[in-house]
Amino acid sequence: MTNSHTEVTLSNGLKVLLKEIHTAPIISSWVWYRVGSRDEVQGRTGISHWVEHMQFKGTPQFPANVLDKAISREGGVWNAMTYLDWTAYYETMPADKIDLGLRLESDRMVNSQFKPEEVASERTVIISEREGSENEPLFMLGEAVQQTAFRVHPYHHEVIGDMADLRTMTRDDLYNHYREFYVPNNAVMAVAGDFEMDKMLARIRELFEPIPVGKEPARVAREELPQNGEVRLSVEGPGATSYVQVCYRFPAASHPDFYPLTVLDSLLAGPSNLNMFSGGISNKTSRLYRALVDKELAVSVHGGAQATVDPFLYGITMTIHPKRKPEEVIAALDREIQRVQEEKASKEEIARAIKQARALFAYGSENITNQAFWMGYAEMFANYEWFQTYLDKLAKVTAKDIQRVANEYFKPQSRVVGTYVPLDGRVK
Amino acid sequence: MTDKHNSALPGPNDIYREVLPNGITVLTRSNFNSPSVVVSGYFDAGALFDPDSKLGLADFVTSALMRGTKKRTFDKIYNELESIGASLGFSSGVHKSGFNGRSLAEDLPLLLNLLAESLMAPTFPKTEVEKLRAQLLTGLDIRAQDTSDMASMVFDEILFKDHPYSRPEDGHPETVKRIKQDDLVKFHREYFGPRGMVIVVVGAVKAEEAVKQVKRALGGWQVKGQKEAPELPPLKPMKKTVKRHHRINGKSQSDLIIGTVGPKRRDPEFMPAMLGNNILGQFGLMGRIGDVVREKAGLAYYAGSSLSAGLGPGSWEVSAGVNPKNVQKASELIVSELKRFVDDSVTAEELKDSQENFVGRLPLSLESNGGIANALLNIERFDLGLDYYQRYENIVRDVSRDDVLKVARKFIDTERLAIATAGP
Repeated sequence: MTNSHTEVTLSNGLKVLLKEIHTAPIISSWVWYRVGSRDEVQGRTGISHWVEHMQFKGTPQFPANVLDKAISREGGVWNAMTYLDWTAYYETMPADKIDLGLRLESDRMVNSQFKPEEVASERTVIISEREGSENEPLFMLGEAVQQTAFRVHPYHHEVIGDMADLRTMTRDDLYNHYREFYVPNNAVMAVAGDFEMDKMLARIRELFEPIPVGKEPARVAREELPQNGEVRLSVEGPGATSYVQVCYRFPAASHPDFYPLTVLDSLLAGPSNLNMFSGGISNKTSRLYRALVDKELAVSVHGGAQATVDPFLYGITMTIHPKRKPEEVIAALDREIQRVQEEKASKEEIARAIKQARALFAYGSENITNQAFWMGYAEMFANYEWFQTYLDKLAKVTAKDIQRVANEYFKPQSRVVGTYVPLDGRVK
Repeated sequence: MTDKHNSALPGPNDIYREVLPNGITVLTRSNFNSPSVVVSGYFDAGALFDPDSKLGLADFVTSALMRGTKKRTFDKIYNELESIGASLGFSSGVHKSGFNGRSLAEDLPLLLNLLAESLMAPTFPKTEVEKLRAQLLTGLDIRAQDTSDMASMVFDEILFKDHPYSRPEDGHPETVKRIKQDDLVKFHREYFGPRGMVIVVVGAVKAEEAVKQVKRALGGWQVKGQKEAPELPPLKPMKKTVKRHHRINGKSQSDLIIGTVGPKRRDPEFMPAMLGNNILGQFGLMGRIGDVVREKAGLAYYAGSSLSAGLGPGSWEVSAGVNPKNVQKASELIVSELKRFVDDSVTAEELKDSQENFVGRLPLSLESNGGIANALLNIERFDLGLDYYQRYENIVRDVSRDDVLKVARKFIDTERLAIATAGP
């Protein structure tokens, strides 16, 4: 996955990353915007995600319904996703058909219409999306933990947004958000696959360079203050199963401590898979699995960090064994955290984490969409070099580094512990 | 389609197939684009063998295969696997059970050893069986709260009434509680064996090397008296539309499934039905159904249709997640779309669009090792021929509007639908 690539910034500020890969007659093209829930204020939470939905509702050149049919007809797949820090759109298509994807993206960077009737019908679709999530105990718990962990930083709300805002946001709110953030100087384009570099770059210039540079978007994110003491909360809801989510504060992905923390995550909970288009591996010999699941305190445990612009969270999610109490599981978790703080990890354990990361990298490189994804994704929180040097940086992590970050970041006084309490037939 | 495309499609020129003396069929295709390898396959030990009173038995057995073998403990097995960043897992289906694993190519021998050990010499240690049981039962508790899972279960109960397909492969809490360790041992002894087993290896390994390694790991497996799968009873056609709601209190959204029986994978109707289904509830943003239910009425975040076709009759179903107060309205819109689908043929443009879509997206579905492995498994399971993916474009383009209308009318009768909902 470390083939050479080319980086160019167009005169309007659009950064373009290109990588030729000739293993299959496929091209994957991505446009990334630096806008997500991090750029939202109270009253307009969920606006970035809703704008993403509206980007499928058409422009004068590609009206809704023409757009999706055109891509599908050519045998392409396309989709979009909104996250804490970014919104991304992609088309993966047969190599000789990618021009449609390029034309579509340059068009909807500026020409989306946001017709009031489309906004109205999408409002109910998005409310329905949120209701679907609300069916899931882990969504309800995760949302409560996140909003408790962040008071002033916009990471406090879910990307989907709060129901109150989804009911009241207006067409103009959405359109203004679009106009503010969808400017070439706030975007990154990443294309990988079966093309010739010069021709692809010339075509991208032709389509995207005429788009005028925009005003640099204003950022609303404010720094979260340190937390002084553990916070515990509970969420009640239907079901028979208890869950516990414990979240610690993690640094931004560009922080050097992100690497030892990644190795520590691998030791504790199994390697997190950062590939979006390729599955991960099991974690049955991770320390937490052995201490919690093997000992029949929990029936599953998962841990994971996110690569973000600002400091976010490391979450450990446990499904509690039906015969156990959440407190017993938290106590066992604490013993394992204490162990990584007090004892150095063995060389073998560290080597194992590196090999796991190397294997996950290889799986990810089977797929052109995933390779294009990485070029843009890494740019959103650092740069592509972050990705290219990732394995080397992991390989330099020492036992001492791991112990240091375990003590620095896994502090009980700066964590949030959330418990999902199942009502088990009782009425709320 | 260009020559360049064709060369990328698997075919007799680059798929290697061999049947080992013990009955295992091996298929391999090399792909040196990435240093990784995928191993997957299936064998004849599915949930069809489960007695009603111990439903979930095949699922329990496959989940327990890696909980300990004659050579290694559970922790040792996973330690070997996870230390090299590899994965391996088993799952059960109705007819067959399957496995799926991957590793760096350098670790293929170890992956195959662990696969062979788990298949041939599992010991089902009692303590591990009990741990696993608690996990399976928790899984069933979670399923009972999942509107989509429960709607799907109710749908199968209506559509496949009195047929083994009506049964959930993961069983029910009371049947899983009844399964004893001896049942696992017995199930494995009677139904597991090399006959009927298929294994595919795709990735950065030469064909002859891959086959050599499979032979070394699994070539010596012999089982006397491996039992045959029971005959599938005929399916009773539905006489009228049957609706059933499964109540789950406290949920914000209901899941809705409306559908009917579909063709088998080997039926000549399969491709016309696939194209018809694409028009009905897949193409673009979920076809006609998505257009009516999501885009126009704004009733659902997801609405579309799917066709699942296997060795026996499959299902053809439309599903949507909707606010509980909109279930009736969404249901009416879907049934009226189904009526339109059987009353009038699809347009020439719709058919052409879907044909282009099927042909165009083929290289994408065959891009990764996992994608090629699935293709090889399909070829073998449904006897499609090694050149199937090279003939695929013609098979797709040969379908006419009339073919689509005929299958729509053969399988969909809007007076005889299974309608399942789950939610508050």
